[in-house]
Amino acid sequence: MLFKKNNLNKASFGLKLGAILGILFLHVPLFLIILYAFTTEDKSYQFPPPGYTLKWFSIVLSRQDIWNAVSLSLQVAIISTMAAIVLGTLAAAALYKASFFGRDSITLLIILPIALPGIITGISLRSAFGVVGIPFSTWTIIIGHATFCMVVVYNNVVARLRRSSPNLIQASMDLGANNFQTFFYVILPNLGTAILAGGMLAFALSFDEVIVTTFTAGQQTTLPIWMLSELIRPRQRPITNVVAVFIICITFIPILYASYITRNTTDTEGSSK
Amino acid sequence: MISSLDNFSNYLYKNKHILLLIFLLPPLLWLGIIYLGSLVVFLFHSLFYLDGFTGKVVYQISFSTIAELFSSPANIDILIRTVVLALAVSIGAAVIGFPIAFYMAKFTSPKIKIFFYLAIMLPLWSSYLVRVYSWKLILAKEGIINWVLAKLHLTWLLDAILSLPVVGGPSLSISYLGMFLVFTYIWLPFMILPIQASLERVPNSLLNASYDLGATRRQTFYKVVLPLALPGIAAGSIFTFSLTLGDYIIPYIIGTSKFFIGQAVYTHQGTAGNIPLAAAFSLVPIGVMAIYIYFAKKLGAFNAL
Repeated sequence: MLFKKNNLNKASFGLKLGAILGILFLHVPLFLIILYAFTTEDKSYQFPPPGYTLKWFSIVLSRQDIWNAVSLSLQVAIISTMAAIVLGTLAAAALYKASFFGRDSITLLIILPIALPGIITGISLRSAFGVVGIPFSTWTIIIGHATFCMVVVYNNVVARLRRSSPNLIQASMDLGANNFQTFFYVILPNLGTAILAGGMLAFALSFDEVIVTTFTAGQQTTLPIWMLSELIRPRQRPITNVVAVFIICITFIPILYASYITRNTTDTEGSSK
Repeated sequence: MISSLDNFSNYLYKNKHILLLIFLLPPLLWLGIIYLGSLVVFLFHSLFYLDGFTGKVVYQISFSTIAELFSSPANIDILIRTVVLALAVSIGAAVIGFPIAFYMAKFTSPKIKIFFYLAIMLPLWSSYLVRVYSWKLILAKEGIINWVLAKLHLTWLLDAILSLPVVGGPSLSISYLGMFLVFTYIWLPFMILPIQASLERVPNSLLNASYDLGATRRQTFYKVVLPLALPGIAAGSIFTFSLTLGDYIIPYIIGTSKFFIGQAVYTHQGTAGNIPLAAAFSLVPIGVMAIYIYFAKKLGAFNAL
């Protein structure tokens, strides 16, 4: 039995295989998309591709409708991320420590937009815009996106606030700083990477969102809406492949960056060494 | 100027509730008015009904729309089909996700763990539509699955599976089986992370104790690891279950022509203009999730998040 114990602390072959197959299951589809972006076949999804070419990339670069969709998506993602950062950080600052009547309901309210199916949020907003008489515009898309992006920033900032020591704030006050100085010189630098990481994820979420957007966009085309129409009726398969690769790249960058800047934050900031 | 700012600052420090109110007001106004307002108004429509002759919504309180939802066999079919699929997807995701979570939590060096973490986070946050699209490539008749099976001379196996009554269909991309695969793939990361978090908290000494007391690997797994991972599985299934309940894009792109709750909501509010019925349909996932979360809470799901 003693001999066996060392073996028992290692993963069995079956478990290892299961884990590796699982990771492959998560990633092979994404690799396939990248492979398909270079295929010469434009009528079907033939595997393996009969030949490889770069021409679809240059065709996509010259397509004005795609550029318009990209620029609309970027605009929406940037503005709604900024709104989400302000609102989410404020909510986190108010809720992380406080205990008052209705606190749990407010927390639930912040999580609700992402917990309920997007279609319910989308239709609700759409009918509300209709009732109030707000015409569809970039701003109606942004209102929807900021609503569900808020929770991402909130989560990141709340987690950081819970980890940072209250002593820091006490020390700053003891040394004569007022609330605002404490906020700008102590709290904000401490929260910086958490806010940035939350913002990055909110950006990725917004850039990619299609369900709520379908209901709040009217006739406008964001990149995911363009993509969705191609998914329903494939007319330009090679172009869609290239756009998909582009979307993978533009969402991977903020996600990787967010995990990079928060990699060393498991220790409590300002806790006694 | 400085002193008045100081005074204000002191005032806020002494009256913390004012500061709290200043912080809370903007997000609360946004969510309360824009989000909750529209949500309540929309869901309230389930108490109105559509006039059969004029096709217009009658704004009178009545339970006829909700009664219609639960009395028409077609609607009941949609509800049952969606809930069964959501359960199947949750089970599938747990089965595929568990080895990854277990391996990651207990058998990796810190560096490999970061690798696994990124490998799960990237698909989690990356584009939903692109990931659905990738399965259109994979499931296509001329796609990779059929190619691999043909090379292995196993095409007959796929044909046999597709000829099964409920899960099968004319091809993988038009069958419940294909839909199940895509849903499981898309929501898998949401299952892995909570399981991994709950296993991370199981001390290694507990496993060693089990081995020392003579349990085999299999016994340790079923008697020690699995019960301790249950809160994590419950937490993960909240995501996989609820996300499948409300989705309308995957059934639209991959599935058969049979409706799911999300599509029913979409069609009733759109072309049919039957907002009351759409609202009544929307109440179902909300209600089912409330019940589901209640039971998941009993299993300790919220401590695993």
